[in-house]
Amino acid sequence: MAEYSAWQLLKHAFTGNTGWKEAWRKPEPKPAYEVVIVGGGGHGLSTAYYLAKEFGIRNVAVVDKGVLGQGNVGRNTQAIRSNYLLPENQHFYELSMDLWEGLSQELNYNVMFSQRGVLNIAHHPAQLDQFARRGNAMRLNGIDAELYTRADVARALPGIDMSPTARFPIHGGFMQKSAGVARHDAVAWGYARAADRLGVDLIENAEVLEFIKDGDRVAGVRTTRGEIRASKVAVAVAGSTSEVMRRAGIDRLPIESHVLQAFVTESLKPVIHTVATYGGGHLYFSQTDKGSILFGGDIDGYNSWAQRGNLPVVEDVMAEMVTLFPGLARVRLLRSWGGIMDMSMDGSPIITAGPLPGMYLNTGWCYGGFKAIPGSGLCFAHTIAKDEPHRLSAPFTLDRFQRAYAIDDKGQGPTPKWH
Amino acid sequence: MRIPCPFCGLRDGVEFSYQGDANRTRPDPVSVDQTVWNDHVFNRVNTRGVHREFWLHNHGCRAHLVVERNTVTHEIVSVALARQFVLERKP
Ligand SMILES: Cc1cc2nc3c(=O)[nH]c(=O)nc-3n(C[C@H](O)[C@H](O)[C@H](O)COP(=O)(O)OP(=O)(O)OC[C@H]3O[C@@H](n4cnc5c(N)ncnc54)[C@H](O)[C@@H]3O)c2cc1C
Ligand SMILES: [Zn+2]
Repeated sequence: MAEYSAWQLLKHAFTGNTGWKEAWRKPEPKPAYEVVIVGGGGHGLSTAYYLAKEFGIRNVAVVDKGVLGQGNVGRNTQAIRSNYLLPENQHFYELSMDLWEGLSQELNYNVMFSQRGVLNIAHHPAQLDQFARRGNAMRLNGIDAELYTRADVARALPGIDMSPTARFPIHGGFMQKSAGVARHDAVAWGYARAADRLGVDLIENAEVLEFIKDGDRVAGVRTTRGEIRASKVAVAVAGSTSEVMRRAGIDRLPIESHVLQAFVTESLKPVIHTVATYGGGHLYFSQTDKGSILFGGDIDGYNSWAQRGNLPVVEDVMAEMVTLFPGLARVRLLRSWGGIMDMSMDGSPIITAGPLPGMYLNTGWCYGGFKAIPGSGLCFAHTIAKDEPHRLSAPFTLDRFQRAYAIDDKGQGPTPKWH
Repeated sequence: MRIPCPFCGLRDGVEFSYQGDANRTRPDPVSVDQTVWNDHVFNRVNTRGVHREFWLHNHGCRAHLVVERNTVTHEIVSVALARQFVLERKP
């Protein structure tokens, strides 16, 4: 189906753009499904798609309290990478990298995946040594990584302050060339449309208020659009995890909600050709195809359920950006926004059956869950369909915390504000 | 966000550092019960609404505080010295 082909664009241009069809149906919820997925963000939608596509389970509904794609999937800074230190993370995120490479074809929807590389800049020799260690760990597991000299960094990022008098002079860097960005909205819409075509009902504006139980077993959801029963209920609500799970009677989870902000500038000619991170503080940035510089830094640093951030972090992020690119000091900021993050206690995600019978949980994405949307959906669908974890998500079950088996890539300890 | 410190008065939030959920109580140090310790280390209630939490006035008087703050509006409901809070909590 070439719905958005050049020919279609031309045809609709001549007919006043009145003939476009909705990308997905707007069905009334049925009384019961085999699987109900709570949360229509990236992870809920990709899970629905792979349940239908890979596991033949098509009697599926995705319910969201709002319209699709308004949560973190539409708020992130789009960075996609698999440059982790620990083998559990490397293998898990590399699965998504493989899927990203074919995703536009798979969904017949242009997600604008662009492998422009992710470059971590090092500002002192010890940091470069650490990057070398991480890069070697990646290469041992078949993931591409390169150590960059000062000259390489200067070539990759013209305009960056390479002077020896910079606040934290640049020593080199660490590049994953297969990493990059994709258009976040297109990922949500592409999975939504593809799932809809396979028979999945996407039920918008249906907030889950309560879970229906048969004894111990979760047997459905009570929503603002009525009761929906299901043999299996899967929860993928990112930052809202603790509140939604409380509605099922689960009061304690290894999750804290924190707010993360992001920023875009007015459009500029191409100046930043990769995704890059600043090692003297915490800052990551790229330039969108429209020309805006898209960037962000730390979470605000305290538990927050407010979908907006405070000024100290804004000031901090701007200062870091201008430290690296003094020439951008007078560029105007267009917008800033915030999203509520499901910060886990070890910085790694949770993809699990349980914690109640009939229930499945996908959470703990911290601020790196966008890149994992394809692989997480496949692994979570596997967990739901087969009642056992996918090989690559097996380390990420919820019971790891009961075994004190933390997967802490940064070695920060159980303090979410540091992950 | 500004926090009224009992010693220093109303001060900018950047002077303070966040130390997390204050509802947790450390298990008996001689206990070897893994379930209890793992629950203490990893699990949180993660309140949406009024949350009791530790803050350290590290760029001020360096007092450890227990602050009740609304996590949706950031309204500060109460501030107490951590020491006083802990002593009152113990029977
Ligand atoms: C500013 C920012 C920058 C980020 N940058 C990056 C990045 O560069 N790279 C990266 O990999 N990741 C990044 N992330 C993280 C990434 O966006 C998230 O980890 C990921 O999108 C979370 O999964 P999701 O898409 O399923 O969540 P969401 O899109 O938030 O989906 C959850 C859905 O659940 C719904 N919901 C909540 N409660 C209920 C209820 N009671 N009933 C029904 N539905 C409900 C919500 O409406 C929402 O649509 C960033 C996040 C933010 C906020
Ligand atoms: Zn003080």
